[in-house]
Amino acid sequence: MRWNNIKWNIDVIGKTKVWFTISGIIILAGLIALFTIGLNWGLDFTGGTVIEFNMHKPVTIAVNNEITNILKSNGVKDSQVKAIGPNNTHVSITTPSLDDKTRTAVINAIESKYKLTVKDLVSSQNVSASIGKEMQFGTILASAVAALLMLIYIGFRFNFEMGAAAVLALIHDILIMISAYALLRIVVDTPFVAAILTVFGYSINDTIVIFDRIRDNIKLMRKASYKEIANVSVNETMTRSINTVMTVLLMLSLMYFFGPASIKDFALPLLIGITSGAYSSIFIASPLWVIFKDKEGKNSVGNKVGNRPQKA
Amino acid sequence: MMKSRGLAKFLSVIVLAIIVAYVAFYGVNAGNYSIKPVQDSIRLGLDLKGGVYVLEQAQGNVSQDAMTRAISIIRNRVDALGVSQPLIVQQGPNRIRIEIPGVNDPDQVISYLGQTAQLKFIGPDGKVILTGADVKDSKAVYQTDQTGVQEPVVTLDLNSKGAKAFADATAKFVGKQIAIVLDDKTISAPVVQEQIPDGKAVINGMKDFDEAKNLANLIRGGALPVTLKQVEYSSVGATLGPSALKASEEAGMYGLLIVLLFMIAFYRLPGLIADIALGIYILINFIVYALLHVTLDLPGIAGMLLSIGMAVDANIIIFERMKEEMRAGKSIRASLDAGFRKAFVAVFDSNITTLIAAFVLFFMGAGTVKGFALTLIIGVISSMFTAITVSRFLLKSIVETEFTKNIRVYGA
Repeated sequence: MRWNNIKWNIDVIGKTKVWFTISGIIILAGLIALFTIGLNWGLDFTGGTVIEFNMHKPVTIAVNNEITNILKSNGVKDSQVKAIGPNNTHVSITTPSLDDKTRTAVINAIESKYKLTVKDLVSSQNVSASIGKEMQFGTILASAVAALLMLIYIGFRFNFEMGAAAVLALIHDILIMISAYALLRIVVDTPFVAAILTVFGYSINDTIVIFDRIRDNIKLMRKASYKEIANVSVNETMTRSINTVMTVLLMLSLMYFFGPASIKDFALPLLIGITSGAYSSIFIASPLWVIFKDKEGKNSVGNKVGNRPQKA
Repeated sequence: MMKSRGLAKFLSVIVLAIIVAYVAFYGVNAGNYSIKPVQDSIRLGLDLKGGVYVLEQAQGNVSQDAMTRAISIIRNRVDALGVSQPLIVQQGPNRIRIEIPGVNDPDQVISYLGQTAQLKFIGPDGKVILTGADVKDSKAVYQTDQTGVQEPVVTLDLNSKGAKAFADATAKFVGKQIAIVLDDKTISAPVVQEQIPDGKAVINGMKDFDEAKNLANLIRGGALPVTLKQVEYSSVGATLGPSALKASEEAGMYGLLIVLLFMIAFYRLPGLIADIALGIYILINFIVYALLHVTLDLPGIAGMLLSIGMAVDANIIIFERMKEEMRAGKSIRASLDAGFRKAFVAVFDSNITTLIAAFVLFFMGAGTVKGFALTLIIGVISSMFTAITVSRFLLKSIVETEFTKNIRVYGA
């Protein structure tokens, strides 16, 4: 057997409990983090001002305190001053949303104190609190609309058991992603919405490929149990699942490791979400489908658990 | 016969793709017909070239007319900065989005934009005759001149104080120019033809109606400025942008290279075909970006790179199906047909769900997310074409040449 022609034979369905436990632990840890330390909300949602300077020398605690004092003398009491960037030579200053006059005063004071020019102002950003509120609302609305549309599509393409399994797998992925945001302290900004919705689409996409194969195999394997059908289908599509997730993950990891800073916060949650999406299609959605089908078998007359299926 | 025809089909697609690529990236100049290289038509986002983005919100209840005037004034001011490719658009009922690339000092720009417009009429002696406060109204209209030709003109309607000052000035300066100055920039300098006693003047000599409309907007804007407040802004320094572009270009190139090599190593001949299809896919993407004048920012690049991964997915699904058919003993040609046919539903369904997510993001998402959604939409749609249609055509042509019956060449 050559490396590009591996015949997979994993008893995925037989180890259902193992998969559910793994996911359960991650989600539980994430939820604990979510309810104790909460999410790391970014500027886009909270509103505020961020200013980044290149100081050309490591930002020491003394410098940090000096900058905090400059802010205080300009009437900005609430601030966060952080050393960032290459060798901590950049300083990032986060405050509540400042008006143009205060911000200009602060920037000028820092520039004159450390003999910096406007070229050393790497970036600055301001989002007023009202825009932040709008963003929060818009995000929730967009996610709800996308979820609804996809549910309609699933309902249209799949029967009930498959649809329910796909949706639960989707909820699983979203929970894993939110856990990742909470545990890894990733900033929740506008890319958060994009990452969540992309994972939405990708996860369903992955589940569809496997369920499509299950549908084919139900017709071919007339004597087999649901468990066998699911196992065969998952293994038949395993190479595809791995190759696809590998290529997408490859693109994302390169974005994460080589890409600019602003892309990192976007690539990391996508990396986690898409891995989770591929995992959940195989290890969550497929076992769930078997569970639902077997339940249905128990309830309907003359059809025992693990018996040959009547319809898809 | 069949054999040579297959080869001819295959080569014709390759040659066509190379010609299109050449035209797209180098442009053509043939007589008065020319095509610009795509990289010149694709706008880079501020996060990639540095610059200032400001969202201004008008205070209180403002009419659409006041907004239009405010935008004219801002455009006038931005143009005075002499920057290339500024973007000034209305967003929602009372907001103006301003993007100015390549500006070094963001705060200077913001304070400059936020100023209340200063409109002055200045006589040839350098003295101010009247200010924007004296202008009641100004409109662009068509007027019939002595020869019966319709010409676009700008009307001026002044209040009583302005009318008196203007009557005095126009009596004094007949035959001379009065400069209309907005924010220290002369926007018009009409010659006084006769005394204007009643405060109702007409400025003619407009190139077209648009010019008249623009001037009227500027004059009215000076008369009734809206109060703008900055509600959101971001500025990216001139060094950060280009370095971000370079980093993402590198990430994209390495990623693409590894994916291309992986496909050949894993799927052999079909992998090579998928790589060619991927090349055509990237070409189509850039052409569409240029045609739609897409602004390529960092999230946009992320969307593009992600869609490369998804484009490859379609080919992986198809080729895995093909291999299964070959191992089951079917001929290469039959496996190819079955592989594409059976995989189609899965590929189509999976792309639709991604499209649903991308469309929702595009229509409901905030500015930065829109770029991501747009490149993802373009990518998913064009990948369905290249991964299914183009790669099937190329693969069929190659199979027709019957140069080998060894299924290992097909990765099985």
